[in-house]
Amino acid sequence: MARAFDTGVKPQWCPGCGNYGVLAAVRAALTDLGFRREDVVAVAGIGCHGRMTEYLDVNAFHAIHGRAVPVAEGVKLSNPKLTVLVHTGDGDAYAIGLSHLLHAARRNVGVKVIVHNNMIYALTTGQAGPTTPRGVRTRSTPHGNLEEPFNPLLLLLTSGATFVARGFSDDVQHLKELIKRAISHKGFAVIDVIQPCVTFYDVRQLVKERAYKLEDESHDSRDFKAALEKSLETERVPLGVIYEVVKPTFEELVLSREHPPPALRDLKVKQPLGKLLSRFE
Amino acid sequence: MDRCPAAIKNISAINASPAMFERSELLLLVGGPAGSGVFATGTIAAKSLVYHGYNVFATNEYPSLIRGGHQWFLVAARWNEAALAHRKALDVVLALDSRTAELYASKLKEEGFVVCDKKVASSLSNFNRVVSLPLSQLVSEVGAPPVAVNVAGLAALFGMLGGSLEQLQAAIRSYYRGREKLAELNVKVAEVGYAAGSKLSDRVATKLKCVPRGRRLLIDGNSAVALGLLAGGLSFFAAYPITPASPILHLLAEVQREAGITVIQAECELAAINMAIGAAFAGARAAVATSGPGFSLMVESLGEAAMTETPIVVVNVQRAGPSTGLPTHTAQGDLRFAIHASHGEFPRVVLAPGDPVEAYELACEALNIAWKYQVPVILLSDKFLGESYWTIEKLPEVRPEEGAVVRGSGAPGYVRYKITDSGVSPMALPGTEGVRVYANSNEHDEQGIVTTDPVVVKAMQDKRWRKMVALREEAERRGVKVYGEGGVALLVWGSLKTIAMEALKDLNDVRLVQLIWLEPFPAKALREAVGNRRLLVAENNARGQLASLVREHMLREPDAVLLKYDGRHLEPEEVIEFVRANAR
Repeated sequence: MARAFDTGVKPQWCPGCGNYGVLAAVRAALTDLGFRREDVVAVAGIGCHGRMTEYLDVNAFHAIHGRAVPVAEGVKLSNPKLTVLVHTGDGDAYAIGLSHLLHAARRNVGVKVIVHNNMIYALTTGQAGPTTPRGVRTRSTPHGNLEEPFNPLLLLLTSGATFVARGFSDDVQHLKELIKRAISHKGFAVIDVIQPCVTFYDVRQLVKERAYKLEDESHDSRDFKAALEKSLETERVPLGVIYEVVKPTFEELVLSREHPPPALRDLKVKQPLGKLLSRFE
Repeated sequence: MDRCPAAIKNISAINASPAMFERSELLLLVGGPAGSGVFATGTIAAKSLVYHGYNVFATNEYPSLIRGGHQWFLVAARWNEAALAHRKALDVVLALDSRTAELYASKLKEEGFVVCDKKVASSLSNFNRVVSLPLSQLVSEVGAPPVAVNVAGLAALFGMLGGSLEQLQAAIRSYYRGREKLAELNVKVAEVGYAAGSKLSDRVATKLKCVPRGRRLLIDGNSAVALGLLAGGLSFFAAYPITPASPILHLLAEVQREAGITVIQAECELAAINMAIGAAFAGARAAVATSGPGFSLMVESLGEAAMTETPIVVVNVQRAGPSTGLPTHTAQGDLRFAIHASHGEFPRVVLAPGDPVEAYELACEALNIAWKYQVPVILLSDKFLGESYWTIEKLPEVRPEEGAVVRGSGAPGYVRYKITDSGVSPMALPGTEGVRVYANSNEHDEQGIVTTDPVVVKAMQDKRWRKMVALREEAERRGVKVYGEGGVALLVWGSLKTIAMEALKDLNDVRLVQLIWLEPFPAKALREAVGNRRLLVAENNARGQLASLVREHMLREPDAVLLKYDGRHLEPEEVIEFVRANAR
């Protein structure tokens, strides 16, 4: 039997790349939730993660660098029936496209953002990125990275994200469950997936040593202050749902019976322009 | 005691004749600092003159400031002929500060005069032809705030000119629609102002006519674009605030519930255009509106729309650049930029309306073309067209056309980028049964899968460019308009149409040629329209960008080029002088 959500195109990432784990987790999550490929749109940015849309058999839009999130917002706002996934990297989401991620979070548009965070620019052959730790030598920081890295979880929490989680590409089963919860969450959801780059910045062993699961330590994901504290941990790497809260989504505030989803609007229904014209009389 | 006896005497002297004349034209300038109600006064004046039965043109100039500085609003009303643009000589200046009186007194016609509050008049020196009225006093007597001297002054002017108080008050109520208390207060201010002005009515011999002509519209280019997009089936609009394009966002945001469209203010222009691209990919009729700086930011995504063959409309209401430039002033400096913007090569359409009717038609057409050919369409407006007002009888009939869209269920073997003779591939929407829709900003094969195969790469580039065959035919068929007949061809594009039409009234032997489609360029139609006439080109930029297109596509040097690039549109007088000087 053919693998679910497989386009048949053979994946081409480096052997051992974390992207394989993310791809497997997404396919399994969509299968578990009973989706058909017609129900889902995946939007990808530019980076090694960008090839996800080649392999994941759902509707897809492979956008330009940094703009996957606004493209996805446009899709979701125009047809909220679609489940909209964003595959983006740390360069895509935390550098060139950072503002879009944070604004989508505060707007609470129901897109599900999976950040393939390998803490390096990999597709461009290894330059430092916004989550590369201080001191790391890369091709663009041959004398060591001089910059403080972003704390993406803290950034997203303070931006109003209604669902914030962290996953690890080596733990596919756990990541699958996180993706299922993100998809089931009402509104914007983001999962920062630590996905070490085996070629340019391999920290797999370090992450394995420091990672622990939040569900094992009775973390209350509805407690914002507890979530902030978890996001500030530096010695250990928390995995799981850091924070979740239910708030109105942007699309449900906009759409109504009189205001159908833009993508489903019947062009034959004429605009009541006559009424609108009275202001110019 | 009257502080300006000399001034009043002067007016009386000019208009000593007891005979009454009907006023066929009124050119009124309202000026003052930002925040003094210049816009409100000007708009009310313009509306009420339309109600009187005049044809009205109105325009304005303002600084990038919320308070202070100097701004003006100019209203040109004509009885018999169309009011397309204004001439330089003013009939009346309504001065809300002394600076306005000082700046424009010299621009008055021989019989023209300044109307102002006594307080303003007291700080003026050596001014003839000033009518000062106790406006502040009148305003405070009816309990209105000091800013209401603007409406009091306008009403006094209407009193002097024998205009209709009823039509003035109707305009006030229309302007303050939804703010009833404010409306009624201003209606009261108008009553006392009008009464004060009426006492001086014997000093002005030419009186306003009032024969209402029924329902007509006073509409600006920005609103016309917004309405045209709605008529074209717009269902998704995203924008980031920017002068002078924001009024499009404001109007669409205001009517979003009535119209049932989604309007979103994005965090930047990059987000705006990418939201629109995502929306259009999902099946929404999407558009964005911006000005030069925002358009510059959108440029990479213009190529993204082209490569993914996603239909979008980008409205660029040009302002004077480069960089921040003159945020509130007009220019036609983005023509070449619009035609070439973004890296790589791809088909696109650039349209330029010349008046609100064309803005309405072309905004609808832009959406239709975008969807018919799955290309980005750029609508080039500018500050002058966007924020000036014209009287029109009605908007023309237009309707949305869907294009090759697959809804519901797709045929087996459907691929998004099927290679076709026309270059247009049927566009299934995500959610269509039995179909995977894959749009890709990378070069791709028919399925949308990334490719670097030289044969496929060339085939896809050729497929996209084949759209140009039909687009060129559309451009040739609809891209050129001709007005009048003569041995000299005057070529313009965009908002200079109205200026040139106004100039035409004073010119003989001139054929006005207007380019509506700038890309693809209707070379054949233009060659036919110009024939072997002398070719004069006028445009609002520094380098003669339309002239350069003429050289490129017609292999011909224009006989003369008139350029203006000081943030102001060309005046009819400048065009007349240019044509006369270069007619042979």
